Amino acid sequence: MSSLAIQHSFGAKNISTGYENQLILKDLQMEIPAGKFSVILGPNGCGKSTLLKSFARLLQPKEGTVLLDGKSIYELPTQLLARHIGLLPQSPTVPAGITVADLVARGRFPYQTMFGQLKKEDYEAIAMAMDAMGVTELADKPVDSLSGGQRQRVWIALVLAQDTDILLLDEPTTYLDIAYQVEILDCLAALNRMKKTTIVAILHDINLSIRYADHIFAMKQGSLIAEGNPKDIITPDLMRTIYGMESSILTDPETGDPYVIPRSVVK
Amino acid sequence: MNQLAQENLKRILARQNHRATVCVALLLVVAILLGCGMLMLGNTNYSLAEVFAYLLGKEGGSGAYTIGSLRLPKLLVGGLAGFAFGVSGYTFQSLLRNPLASPDIIGVTAGSSAAAVFCILILGISGPLASGFAVVAGLAVTGLILLLSGGGKAFGSRMILIGIGFQAMLNALISWMLLKGSEYDVGTALRWLRGSLNSVQMSDVPVTLIVTVIMSGLLFYCNRYLRMMQLGDEYATALGVPIQATRICCLVAALILSATATAATGPIASVAFLSGPIAGRIAPGSRKTMVLSGLVGVILVYAAELVSKNVFSTGYPVGVITGLLGAPYLLLLLLNLNKKGEKLG
Repeated sequence: MSSLAIQHSFGAKNISTGYENQLILKDLQMEIPAGKFSVILGPNGCGKSTLLKSFARLLQPKEGTVLLDGKSIYELPTQLLARHIGLLPQSPTVPAGITVADLVARGRFPYQTMFGQLKKEDYEAIAMAMDAMGVTELADKPVDSLSGGQRQRVWIALVLAQDTDILLLDEPTTYLDIAYQVEILDCLAALNRMKKTTIVAILHDINLSIRYADHIFAMKQGSLIAEGNPKDIITPDLMRTIYGMESSILTDPETGDPYVIPRSVVK
Repeated sequence: MNQLAQENLKRILARQNHRATVCVALLLVVAILLGCGMLMLGNTNYSLAEVFAYLLGKEGGSGAYTIGSLRLPKLLVGGLAGFAFGVSGYTFQSLLRNPLASPDIIGVTAGSSAAAVFCILILGISGPLASGFAVVAGLAVTGLILLLSGGGKAFGSRMILIGIGFQAMLNALISWMLLKGSEYDVGTALRWLRGSLNSVQMSDVPVTLIVTVIMSGLLFYCNRYLRMMQLGDEYATALGVPIQATRICCLVAALILSATATAATGPIASVAFLSGPIAGRIAPGSRKTMVLSGLVGVILVYAAELVSKNVFSTGYPVGVITGLLGAPYLLLLLLNLNKKGEKLG
């Protein structure tokens, strides 16, 4: 946990994927900038989640592949891959009665052998992950007794304990109030700064995305429309293209970032 | 500060593990005590010393027959079946992430039972062949339920509802075969509908023992993957669990386990359904929850057998007593599900 993350070249190479007959991603090419905080933006159903699932090997593309350091992730050993790429899914299941410590400790699974007990570095990683998400005090509480915000932080702690170089997060802040959202994004930004962990998150709040992202991917209908630094790519034109929405863009007086104000939806 | 947090963490996790170990030991002691009770109590009661004398062949006579040929097979087969149902139920429930998904609720054991009835009453075959047939039928029923609920993706409530339908249909089929086979003996009928130890024999022991040991062993091996799969397929995959292989391996092993037990004792009602949740309540989330489920299964069968033979004059088969325990739990579960549903809606 204390060591720096390895900087991998990671991305999708011409992937097409979908469920049954319907194609959701069409010949998509995407290179994730190593060591950066990237955010994927786009309307509902544009294929963001599908893309993240393909990155995490949950969904094998029909064509093309996902490359990690030039090798297809479908050809790498699963346990090894789980040490490089971590995922926070949208709707995990809480096993009945399980405590916070036990849940976060499961993030160490990729480092364990058959009858392996937790070792010193495992405890270190678990303790640091719990500290980073501020759930140390909750260690012996059952997860199903926690509030939504606390629960989400526990799940993120699990992924942090996994100690991967690349972290994929599918809507980590949905259903949380604004203070929790900022808190969680601050934690992720700190992780990215201190360990150089590559972060890829799907977020719905455009202005929070602009504030935290080094790099934004804008998607629509299964294709990548634009990518780059938020200052360069967030324009009224882009908002109209991906969301079908008229907007004004101001400048945040403190950070100098663009700030999107929605005006009206064009049909 | 961080050192302190690590020590604290270690203590919390060690305490949970310790608690699970103590529970395993305690349940083992309870199971052994109940087992001694099963050998000692009945129409004629014997002291522990007498039981051992008979078992070791030091004394002969009617006591030796009662204990060696009537009570010992019940103890062995009942224990193995209880363990098999417990472990198999826990596996199904963990795999499908639903407490309702135990093999005795979704028609899997009913399928095995129907096959066993067909072999034993209609074809007149018993032993390993009947067990094998019960396994195949269990697999076929599971396959059919999966197919009807929409293939591999359908692990969910749809599968459970379809399974409950199958359960009703297969029980009707069993009743029909019992009638057709001119089987008017209520005891035999109850054995294949509810489960009973009344007609088990020493010759049932080897097959049940071998299958239970091998399949439980396989499931204990898969347990570390199964625990990760409790977090959902997505987390499990991201953590490096080969979910498809684990799912198939666990499903088949759990199925063979419950089908073999069913061929020996009939589908002892609710043991598979109750054991996992009870074990989960005693030691939640532990690696040992699986073995605890097996021990709870043994205890349920032994306790039910003792109650049925010594409390009631009629001597109901075990399945009637365990069924009585299962019914209120099922109601409680459905009421809770209903409450959750209301909250969501």
